[in-house]
Amino acid sequence: MEFEELRKKANLIRKDLIKMLLEAGSGHSAGPLGMADIFTALYFDILNHDPKNPAWEERDRLFLSNGHIVPIRYVTMAHAGYFPKAKLKTLRKLGSDLQGHPERVRMPALETTSGPLGSGLAQASGYAYAARMDNKRFRVFCICSDGEHDAGNHWEAVLFAAKNRLSNLTVFVDRNNIQIDGHTEDIMPLEPLEDKYKAFNWHTLHINGHNMEEIIDAVNHARAVYEKPTVIIAHTIPGKGVDFMENMPEWHGKPPDTAQAKEALHELRTLGGKIVGEHE
Amino acid sequence: MINPKAKLSKKIFSKEIDMIPTRNGYGEGLVIAGEKNENVVVLCADLTDSTRSNYFKEKFPDRFIEIGVAEQLLATVAAGMANYGKIPFISSYAAFSPGRNWEQIRTTIAINDVPVKIGGAHAGISVGPDGATHQQLEDIAIMRAMPNIIVVAPADSVETKKATIEAAENGKPTYIRFAREETPVFTTEDTPFKIGRAETLWESKDPQVAIMGCGPLVYEALMAAKRLERVKIGCIVINGHTVDPIDEQTIIRAAKLAGAVVTVEEHQINGGFGSAVAEVLSRNYPVPMEYVGMPNSFGESGTPDELLEKYGMKSKHIVSAVKRVLKRKA
Repeated sequence: MEFEELRKKANLIRKDLIKMLLEAGSGHSAGPLGMADIFTALYFDILNHDPKNPAWEERDRLFLSNGHIVPIRYVTMAHAGYFPKAKLKTLRKLGSDLQGHPERVRMPALETTSGPLGSGLAQASGYAYAARMDNKRFRVFCICSDGEHDAGNHWEAVLFAAKNRLSNLTVFVDRNNIQIDGHTEDIMPLEPLEDKYKAFNWHTLHINGHNMEEIIDAVNHARAVYEKPTVIIAHTIPGKGVDFMENMPEWHGKPPDTAQAKEALHELRTLGGKIVGEHE
Repeated sequence: MINPKAKLSKKIFSKEIDMIPTRNGYGEGLVIAGEKNENVVVLCADLTDSTRSNYFKEKFPDRFIEIGVAEQLLATVAAGMANYGKIPFISSYAAFSPGRNWEQIRTTIAINDVPVKIGGAHAGISVGPDGATHQQLEDIAIMRAMPNIIVVAPADSVETKKATIEAAENGKPTYIRFAREETPVFTTEDTPFKIGRAETLWESKDPQVAIMGCGPLVYEALMAAKRLERVKIGCIVINGHTVDPIDEQTIIRAAKLAGAVVTVEEHQINGGFGSAVAEVLSRNYPVPMEYVGMPNSFGESGTPDELLEKYGMKSKHIVSAVKRVLKRKA
């Protein structure tokens, strides 16, 4: 897919995300919106996968450590053809595969179960280690939040992946600077984050997490790195695409109400007022 | 009398009985499981020798993964490996795993339903001089409260070996607890063992009480039964090595035959094996019960023998509990 097409796709995905969160009545807004571009790039360009055969042995594995942003994964997977978009309406509803936090047992294509923060990188590292034991060629990707860098379990995994030179592992850190209680640098300062990874013997990159070209280039770069795992620190704007949500920690853990969803959808449809909305 | 079908050691009540720590059985089981299936891997959190994971490491160095002093990492790396298709055993002291990494076990192993095997060494008060921090006495409670994980507390080293081998093949999250000290090897290779099925080791003609235990204290239960036989108190002794899923049928049968129950475990009375037995009986066949175990207290430094004496978990304490429960029988 061309970069421009990917950008359009990401915008469509954002719209469906807002509708989905409104329908669910609970859930997270900021993180999923901020990661729409990276998920679009992953599912429509980067990942070697087959939506019609999710159990395909040679597929790349994508672990989502910060499970609370899973709505964006659900919407992107629906767009990629894993399941009908109609299913998105069941998010967080009784009996749905689309649990509030991802559960592998209910939907194997999610690769694992996550939600409690700080444990995804270790699982991805264990998976990458096991795959390397068997000389598997697929890559393991892991998406982490910046807030979960507060957790010891995450840094234990940073040590483990470096010790074992897991070059088949590529990590995206969603560096959006917010977490539930406020800004990351107020809660528990993480900077200089990239230097920390360097000091832990990781290969590091930093990108604008909304620039398709940079996202895809970074992964291509990571593929060429041997002997080290790669972390891509992706600077993102929480709530990206919806003016009143951008950079506001209070949108971490709540969905929009009807009026807010209407405003958000208007903004996404008009690309921030740059074009005239078709349905308004 | 001893149930002949249990095929217990001929040396069972002799001074020549073999004394081997249950952890050795774990180490031996790991090697056999590793020989049977190349997907078996062992991860250890800086306690390779004392958990006997070194037996496996020496045999299969490429399938042994050192994790360092990081039990949360131990559980989560293993969860990833099991998700891929390996059969990871994770070895540490029970105080730390599942003591420290309970949430990671819950989320990434039990909810995730991946077949990680948790080996909890140095469980119980008999850890001895290390003191309260290293004496895990709450692990059965916290693990049996968790759905989708099998909890096994084998009675001796032979049984621990069997449990380890079977755990490698059961496809499920499984917790095996074992201990530091040398304890009597009273079962044999021929003793029946299957995870989920309790074994009747002793059954008198007219039993007045059923003593049910798990872990090495099952031997103390047998010693108590022998002492009680001399004063004409008939017993049933059940080895309830699998705490979850518990063998309801065997427990109910024994309660019906004996009409009173004493439970025995090297664990807090609160929430442990005895509680699991009580949950079965209160629903199905309530009888008077007494509990031998840790009385809602942390331990302390001392020799294993001194500690079992002080906190009341030896055969003489089981005999006293039997006498108490018999007084309560209508």
